[in-house]
Amino acid sequence: MKSRKPKLAVWKFASCDGCQLTILDCEDEFLKLASEIEIAYFPEATKKVVKGPYDLSLVEGSITTPHDAKRIQEVRNASKYLVTIGACATSGGIQALRNFQNVAQFASIVYARPDYIQTLEKSTPISANVKVDFELQGCPISKHQILEVISAFLNHRKPQIPAHSVCMECKAKGVVCVMVAKGIPCLGPITHAGCGALCPAYNRGCYGCYGPKETPNIPSLMRWWEGELGVKRQDSVRVLRTFNSAAKPFEEASTQMEKEGA
Amino acid sequence: MELVDPMCPLPFRVQKVSWENSDVVTLDLVPESSSTPTKFQPGQFSMLYAFGVGEVPISHSGSPTEPSRVTHTIRTVGAVTNAIGKLKRGDTLGLRGPYGTAWPLKEAQGKDIVVGAGGLGMAPLRPILYSIAQEREKFGKVALVYGARDPKDFLFKDEWEVWKKNDIEIHMVVGQSTSDWKGHVGHITTLIPRLKLEPEKTCAFLCGSEIMMRFTAFELEKRGVSKSHISISLERNMKCAIGFCGHCQYGPHFICKDGPVFAFDRIEELMRIREL
Amino acid sequence: METAILSRENFGALFESLNKLGYSIVGPTIKDGAIIYDRLQEVSDLPIGWTDEQTAGKYRLERRTDEALFGYNVGPHSWKKYLFPPRRRLWKANRDGKTLKIETESLPEEKLAFLGVRACEIQAILVQDKVFQGGTHKDPYYQTQRARLIVIAANCTEAGGTCFCVSMKTGPRCTKGFDLVITEILEASRHEFVLEAGTPTGQELLAHLPVRAATPQEEQRVDEGVANAARQMGRHLDTSGIKELLQRNYEHPRWREVAQRCLTCANCTIVCPTCFCSTVEDTSDLTGDHAERWRNWDSCFTMDFSHVHGGSVRSSPLSRYRQWMTHKLASWHDQFDTSGCVGCGRCITWCPVGIDITEETNAIRKSES
Repeated sequence: MKSRKPKLAVWKFASCDGCQLTILDCEDEFLKLASEIEIAYFPEATKKVVKGPYDLSLVEGSITTPHDAKRIQEVRNASKYLVTIGACATSGGIQALRNFQNVAQFASIVYARPDYIQTLEKSTPISANVKVDFELQGCPISKHQILEVISAFLNHRKPQIPAHSVCMECKAKGVVCVMVAKGIPCLGPITHAGCGALCPAYNRGCYGCYGPKETPNIPSLMRWWEGELGVKRQDSVRVLRTFNSAAKPFEEASTQMEKEGA
Repeated sequence: MELVDPMCPLPFRVQKVSWENSDVVTLDLVPESSSTPTKFQPGQFSMLYAFGVGEVPISHSGSPTEPSRVTHTIRTVGAVTNAIGKLKRGDTLGLRGPYGTAWPLKEAQGKDIVVGAGGLGMAPLRPILYSIAQEREKFGKVALVYGARDPKDFLFKDEWEVWKKNDIEIHMVVGQSTSDWKGHVGHITTLIPRLKLEPEKTCAFLCGSEIMMRFTAFELEKRGVSKSHISISLERNMKCAIGFCGHCQYGPHFICKDGPVFAFDRIEELMRIREL
Repeated sequence: METAILSRENFGALFESLNKLGYSIVGPTIKDGAIIYDRLQEVSDLPIGWTDEQTAGKYRLERRTDEALFGYNVGPHSWKKYLFPPRRRLWKANRDGKTLKIETESLPEEKLAFLGVRACEIQAILVQDKVFQGGTHKDPYYQTQRARLIVIAANCTEAGGTCFCVSMKTGPRCTKGFDLVITEILEASRHEFVLEAGTPTGQELLAHLPVRAATPQEEQRVDEGVANAARQMGRHLDTSGIKELLQRNYEHPRWREVAQRCLTCANCTIVCPTCFCSTVEDTSDLTGDHAERWRNWDSCFTMDFSHVHGGSVRSSPLSRYRQWMTHKLASWHDQFDTSGCVGCGRCITWCPVGIDITEETNAIRKSES
């Protein structure tokens, strides 16, 4: 039945390569993957380049330059399924912090010749540029989840990537809630599951690396932080502006809080 | 003590694939093992498992008196149903069931029957027509009121003549007319006032969208049919079908075991509540 | 019922006897700033001399002034994790050509001793018994582990800040569902345990222990202890006509108000000792020839929970909170002829924003009067 192996491509845009490294980090599973699919384009792993079209494209990174804005269209055109991997590709990444500032001003401070710099005013997620078939959140993505997504797409099923809170995995693991038991501010209740509650399991609050969960109620959590845990408004804003600052719910909440002031 | 896991499907083999229209398929399935029971009652459903993809609840649409196989009619809209739609004769799938409540046909004996179907809702109602045909003399007048969005959405067209021969009236209506359509256009509710029925001795079985069932039930009520004689079939997310997973709750009811078939008077109030 | 006294010095004999009878002991122990349930090896694993302070959205371990073994209230874990594990593979399947072969998972063989089960928690187990083995279909894992279980209960002599077992009529005294029940007596000059057997299994265990008969005064100490706990209830819930109250108020404005605070994070459902919802995860590997089915804890607070073709039935947070609370306090009565709430207070303590089920119910009740 399997006439040819499906072709997989992995693309890089503005990003740190961490999500691609997660794929390489799959090791044993990666070898199995290589026997089931043709790794047609993955410069981080192999120099070999097989021409498109591709059955599944994994896209890392956000769109920050005019050149990339054009390139992502080409990737989309060459791909049957396009899945974004990681915070950059899904929400604009840490580089989307520029979205809240004046980029020209930054460039003038950082570069000797800012006129050489061709950059867009905003770092945007892939979905703001082309149609996306699935978004895998996480900074970086989880090894277990990327394998699940690849398996799901190759078998034409829905990936088992629950969009609920980190709390659900935290509690299922039996981890004691750091916020309730220790008063440590934690973003777990508004953050998308997938990391296996890594930080709370090591006695730290969640930093929201996996971005917003489905229907997050950010104002309520922030009211509790401020009222009960004594977190300052400006610190709450900063916590929401890390890896997923431009994810819609985070962006809206932090902007609103900034407007309301201290 | 040998404990059978009720979450384990049994293998069935596809005997026949019949496409009803571009996205609805009817599968005849025979169990791999002859000891697997295939009995069900009209209105019940089973969980169909597509290998590695997932499981979905699907009503039985075949004849309850057919001893060797089960029949299901499926709209291919999601990953699981699409995978089921790709199966060919001879392929296997997993099945567990039957589950849930049945249309109260025994109580309907001696009465006039209205079968009201909306679109794919015809599938769980077809077993009623088979059952009635088996014992036609036990029922009074029987009318099928069948609405579909478009003429091509009607199911089981090749059986309509047989049903008519069994003295079953068929009234059809479409939401959107096409050039070759000569019948009624509008909603199924518009057909109810035209039915010749004796309200106090009428039983109705309805299956379609919730809104269609509610308004059809209201029309029947207006004609004087008792709410307790109107049955409807509900659908919700279902993971286990045996009362464990909690997903199919509808107020106090579990659709999987207290339903899917309910007497309208038991759930009319619940149907008014949004997002219940 | 035979009542006996076990001294603190001899408490270790309970561990030895349970082990001798082939039980692995699970019970309270301190981990990560809370008293949780885990495997216990010896008496010193118990939270000796510790207690907890609990209020809505807040839990803190506190040092006691004495060396009590059971001087704490219920924590973030519940016993359900041992009978209804958070994640369990139900079966594996292989596709060989056109044949489908399903291989079920083995069932638990270990005998477990639950040590320190509180009255509200016994009720929670009895409630889940109805769900998993009381109907037409039985859950084989639950049934097997439940049959290989000895319940050593502990009467509460102090109550926590979010406790309301008295309102739910589930405690603080253990009256059923235990094999052996312990009441701790702690005074300046004595530290002893009053033991009562509830079943022949408990009696057999008692026969293994170095105990003496209790005096009527000592038996009275049990009554005094539980009466003390009953007086200390941190919360109260008026349960009169509660099912009808909630079921006639599906459209109450209070739901909108609580939805402003609710995070839909599902913590209340996961800490609840009676919440039984699960989801099924069907997966396949890269080859597509090996498939598995897993069952995971789920929650009515997720969008997927009510997903049907076209979207989620309960897409608003309002409808999800309402589903949880009305199920717990109202429709549970229709379904299982009991309340789904045992008054343990976990959902109040472990809600990250301190939503209080008793307060929400009272608000709806008050608006009617």
